[in-house]
Order: sequence, then C-alpha cells, then structure tokens
Amino acid sequence: MKLVFDRPRALADVQTHYCPGCTHGIIHRLVAEAIDELDIAERTVGVAPVGCAVLAYNYFNLDFQEAAHGRAPAVATGIKRALPENVVFTYQGDGDLASIGTAEIVHAANRGEAITVVYVNNAIYGMTGGQMAPTTLPDQKTSTSPYGRDVSSAGYPIRMAEMLSTLVAPQYIARVAVNSPANIQRAKRAIKKAFEIQVKNKGFALVEVLSTCPTNWGLSPEKALRWLEDNMIPYYPLGDFKVPKEVE
Amino acid sequence: MSEKLLMKGNEALGEAALQAGCQLYFAYPITPQSELPEYLSRRMPELGRVFLQAESEIAAINMVYGAAGAGARVMTSSSSPGISLKQEGLSYIAAAQLPCVIVNMSRGGPGLGSIQPAQSDYLQATKGGGHGDYHLIVLAPASAQEIVDLTILAFDLADQYRTPVMIMGDGLLGQMMEPVLFPDRTNVELPEKPWATTGRKGDRPKNIIHSLELQSERLEAHNQKLQEKYADIAATQKRSDEYLTEDADVVLVAFGTVARICRSAIDMAREKGIKAGLFRPISLWPFPDEALARLAEKERVFLSVEMNCGQMVDDIKLAVDCRRPVHFFGRVGGIVPSPEEVLAEIEKIMAGRCDA
Amino acid sequence: MQHEFIFAGFGGQGVLLMGQLLAHTAMDEGKRVSWIPSYGPEMRGGTANCTVIVSDREIGSPVVSRPSCVVAMNLPSLDKFEETVKPNGVLVINSSLVTREPKRQDVTVVKVPATQVANELGNARVANMVALGAVIEATGVVTPDGLMKALKKNLPPHRQNLLPLNREAIEKGRKTAQE
Repeated sequence: MKLVFDRPRALADVQTHYCPGCTHGIIHRLVAEAIDELDIAERTVGVAPVGCAVLAYNYFNLDFQEAAHGRAPAVATGIKRALPENVVFTYQGDGDLASIGTAEIVHAANRGEAITVVYVNNAIYGMTGGQMAPTTLPDQKTSTSPYGRDVSSAGYPIRMAEMLSTLVAPQYIARVAVNSPANIQRAKRAIKKAFEIQVKNKGFALVEVLSTCPTNWGLSPEKALRWLEDNMIPYYPLGDFKVPKEVE
Repeated sequence: MSEKLLMKGNEALGEAALQAGCQLYFAYPITPQSELPEYLSRRMPELGRVFLQAESEIAAINMVYGAAGAGARVMTSSSSPGISLKQEGLSYIAAAQLPCVIVNMSRGGPGLGSIQPAQSDYLQATKGGGHGDYHLIVLAPASAQEIVDLTILAFDLADQYRTPVMIMGDGLLGQMMEPVLFPDRTNVELPEKPWATTGRKGDRPKNIIHSLELQSERLEAHNQKLQEKYADIAATQKRSDEYLTEDADVVLVAFGTVARICRSAIDMAREKGIKAGLFRPISLWPFPDEALARLAEKERVFLSVEMNCGQMVDDIKLAVDCRRPVHFFGRVGGIVPSPEEVLAEIEKIMAGRCDA
Repeated sequence: MQHEFIFAGFGGQGVLLMGQLLAHTAMDEGKRVSWIPSYGPEMRGGTANCTVIVSDREIGSPVVSRPSCVVAMNLPSLDKFEETVKPNGVLVINSSLVTREPKRQDVTVVKVPATQVANELGNARVANMVALGAVIEATGVVTPDGLMKALKKNLPPHRQNLLPLNREAIEKGRKTAQE
C-alpha cells in the first residue's frame, strides 16, 4: 500500500499540550514539513519562546534552545554566529515577539541575521490565561481588557510584518493565516521559502502566521476560524511585504 | 610566554580572552570598560572571530546564551548598570548550565551612579543577582597580570563546571597599565561539548538547552544537581592571597584595587611598628572562608576595606565565626581610598585595642 | 626603591604619553611599573594627569597622594600638585608656562623651559620629551639609553622620522636639569 500521509520526520512522536482547536499544531507541522523537504534537520537548531510554544522543543525532533521571554532572536543570533553553517529558526508568539521582545526582533531583522522567524499571532496571551496582547484588536475583550481594548489608553494593535518591512536588511517578510485549507497551503509555501532564504544564506526572513486561540477567545474551534477570517484578516492583511530581489 | 607588554587592564583582558579561545564576544557600550569592546572590535575580525555590538545589555547576554548553548567559548562585558540588566540572562544561563564569561568593570551606584571605580556590586555578584538558587564563580583580579591569568582560568572553569564565571574588576583596574605576560596556549585542547545544540546528527538524541521544569519534583532534582555542583566548586575553587599575615595583629581584608591600596597602607603601618597584614580574596564566590578562619585562630582583629558600604563584612564575620572583631572602612561614590586613610583607620583600631 | 610620579598639564601637552614612555622604559629595564590616567572635568583643553610608579618590588597602591616627583607642565598643575610632593622630592616645572615661583623649600626644584625649547626645536609638541629628559636626569629613575630605546620601540612605524627630534628634545631637557 502506498503511504500518502505521515508525520514529518522533524516532528516528534509525542502528544502536545496545545488546546483542542489550537492552530499551533498545524504551524508546527508546516515548519517540520519545510525542514524535511529541504533536508536540513541535521543542521537545524530551533529556539523556543516563552508563551504557549514554550515546550516546542519537545515537539520537534531537532536540537533546540529555549529562550527567555522575548529574547529568542538574540539567542538565535548567538547560535547562528557561532554556527554559521547551521539553520536557525525562532518560533515566537505575539506577546513574546511584539511586546517584551520588540527590541530583539527589530535589531535581529535590522542586522539581517540569517535566521528564520515563525511569528504566531493569535491576538492574545494564551499561556498566561488570555490577557490583552499588543496585537489584541480594538474593543476585543480579554482578561485584562474586560471592557474591550480601549485604544485611547492601550494603543493600537501592532502590525509587526509591516513595521519590520520598513527595514533595509530583511529579505523576506510575509503574513499568512491557517484558518482554511487554501490559506494553510499558502502558509506552507511562505514558511518553506523563509527557510530556503536562510539555506541560500540570503539573510533574515519572517513569516507572521495568524492563528486562533479558541480557549481564550471563548469560541469553539470552528467559530474561532471564522472569527480570525472576519476580524483579524481585515486588520492584519495577508500577503508578502518584502520579497527577495531575485524571485526563484 | 610572550614578551612583556605594557597594557591597560581592559585590553589585557580582551587579549587574554582571545588566547583562551573566546570565539564570540557580544556587548553594549558602557564606561568604564569601553576599551575592551574597542580592542576586541579590532582584534576579533583579524582572527576571523565574531565581535557583535548588541542592541542592549539584555540582547548581549542572550546572544551569549545562544552561542554558549551552541558550544562556543563566548564572553560579554559591561559595568554595573549594564550588569543589572544582564541578570535575567545570567539566571537562565546558570539554570541551563551554560559556560561563559561575564566581565563587570564595576562603577559607583546605585542607579546610574558614576563612572568612577567602585566595588558595590559585591552582593549582586556573590549572592545571586538574578532570580532563583544559583551562583556565579566570581574572580577578582588585582593587577593586569592577574586579569590575564584569571580570564584564562575563567574560561576553563566555565567549561569544567558548565557554569557562568564573572570577572569582577573596577574602572581603575581597567584603565591601569601594567606589564603583562601571556602564557603559551598553542597546544591547549578545549573540552568536547557533546551536549551543545549543533544539529541532531544520525542517531544522537536531540540536545535541548532549557531551564523550564514544570514538574516540581524534577525542578527540585535539577536544583539539587546544581547545588551539588556548587558544593564541588566551593570545595575546590577557593582562592586567596596573603601578605604579612603570619605575625599580624590586624588583618586587612580587601579585594581588587583596594587590596593594592591596603598593601601600601600595611607597609606604612609596619614602618610605624604596627603589625598589619593583608588577606585578599581572589575568588569572591566561593569565598575563601577556610583560609580566613585559619587566620582567626590567633588573637587578632580584622578590618574589611572596600569601595562600598560594607558588603563583604558578613562573609568575613561568617568565615571567622564571629570569634574576632571585624571592623569596616569604606569609601563610596567612586572615591578610591588612599593608603593614608587606610593607615589612619588601622591606627585608630590598634589604639582602641590597646585601650580595651 | 620606589619612585612615584605625577605628570600633569593641559590636555594635548602629551602628559599621558610621557608617563607611558617612562613606564615602558622602566619595564624594559626590569622594574615593576604601573600607570594610571586621570582626567579633569574637561577631557579637552582641561588638565590631564597620570600617575606612574616605578619600583624594585611589587607595587601596592597604584594611586599615590604623596608622589616623590611632580611634573607640572602648566600653572594649574603646579597649583594643584605642588603641596603633594614628598619632602626631599623633585618638582619639575615647565618654566615657559608657569609664571610664579614654587612655594616649596623642602624639595628639589627643576625649572625647564620645555615649551620654549620645543619651539626652538621647531615642534611645540615635543615639550613633553624635553620635560621627560629633565625628569630622568633629576631622578635617575631610568637610564638615558633605556629611554632612547623605548622611544624607538614605541614610536609607530609611520612616526619613526620623528625619532631624531624627540631624541634631541630629551637631550636638551637633560642638559637643562644638569645646570
């Protein structure tokens, strides 16, 4: 019988702690598929964030470092500079990357560090129980914005992909979503491209992945996918914000 | 051995790190240690090594984490306010058992303080600084040559124990020029690091550098393992130096720059017939308490001289088990005490002792 | 035997450099040495000074409050450091710029018109070498030969053409001190 679907080799055969309906599992799989297809597992080192993906090192069949909150791009810089032949990626959430770790991501991008960043944006702090994130939408209710995000006091959700694409050094910056099969296919292509850019030693690549958090949004998994479509994508438009000069 | 070179402490430290095999250096500019990054920014590209000026102290220490976890010899340096910013990273590095060297050319505090020499980071360096139960090995050189020797030792100890090692100097040591000799390191082999994250090849299980242990029993076991390591370090790595302590009625206890000043004060005291001596801790952690306790077996008084408000006094009292009087004299705010001031303090104590 | 020097002057008079050259020379002659700089509040145009210790044994404090020799390259430096010289010590004064007489009677005063001599040699910047010549003559801390060797060793390759000028400056300084 022909095997048509299997676990990627870069993904460990373990149960994850992610909530039912959470899209981290999909994104993990896309990262692992990209690593398998490029055949780079033996030289890849991942960097896990603080947040829901803190245990990512258990779920990938790869060498991994777990960074302090927000510091993954600095840790990845240290690894990549020590081992320039290796492939180094960070996997970070929106609290990690767009709040406490803004300095680290901006400067890693600005230096053009040859790393791949998978940035998972679900508009909320998941791990700590659904607090307001820098990416929480206007009027969105969270456990620390019970009346909805008040932009006059809390400011506006940060569009990291757009912000970072103003920098000169980054090679590839894109935003994708994992709310539908078609979008998942696009997300896969973007993530693979972000690794290819590193393999070809071209520099910094970041893929922002719009993701769901059914538990903390208080929605069923299916409704969460729709909420992402209806609320997040209008504010966080999908697409490429920066593409390499020579497109293959 | 090299020929004798007249070098600034900061530059000697940089060269020693290179001789020790430091492959990467990450730091953020701060006075009074800028000669060190400036020196390394010239030298490291010549040697094909990595010099990177980080966007912040926090980023720098986390770059150290990444590079150390990847198996490289790596260093960062700063001065007091910058070292405070690095504490988060130091706690993670200690927890993840990563070898690295951190330099603190300390300056006056608290807050932004001054850029003049101080020793007011003693407690931060020796008692923690970051969160959790951990220690740094802390080495305090008192001359340019000792900066060289202890920097090389720091890299070796860091690898041997998989633990961060701090070189604790001050602005004066960094700026001072003295002759230095570099040992021949051509045939030194660096240890293998099979635990490093270099990419999981073949059948090797994956290597993970982390400090998260959500299961309480496992975190407790990890802590116990760390404590066993610290006990091992404490049993074997205490370092100190003594000057004229044999017959001393008053033993000055001082480290780094201040120990040099005390030495002069002791010579002046001896000329006046006062039997003074010096006990100089070289490792601030582990504190050389046993050697100090031996000195306390005889009837004599102790005088801690520091460029802070008495941060080392508790360690001295614990070491001498409160059997002998422990006095304190210190200057702060970036003021370096003069030998005459220290002498006056010695005379005051000895006069009081005769009265008693 | 231990010599303690404070070299002081305007920023730009090369006082840090003359201290370093003395330290290099003494090191090469087998002595223990230390050099530390300290700056006035103004890094440019203000007073700069450095402390050099040359000793036969291990050097204790690299900072001294009572040096055995003070070299005052200008008036503010004399005002600041005259009182600190040890009794029977040496006070070297750049008499081209210092207009007053020293107050101290218990020290050997050596007046060197360093700036004037340097100007006569055609380069005001070697005033420090003139003064250094006087210092080694008055204190005997290092040999003139050793100083010349250290000078050659420490001038960068593209400055070796200045060697004769510097040598002459040192020689003139020594002669002034002999008088």
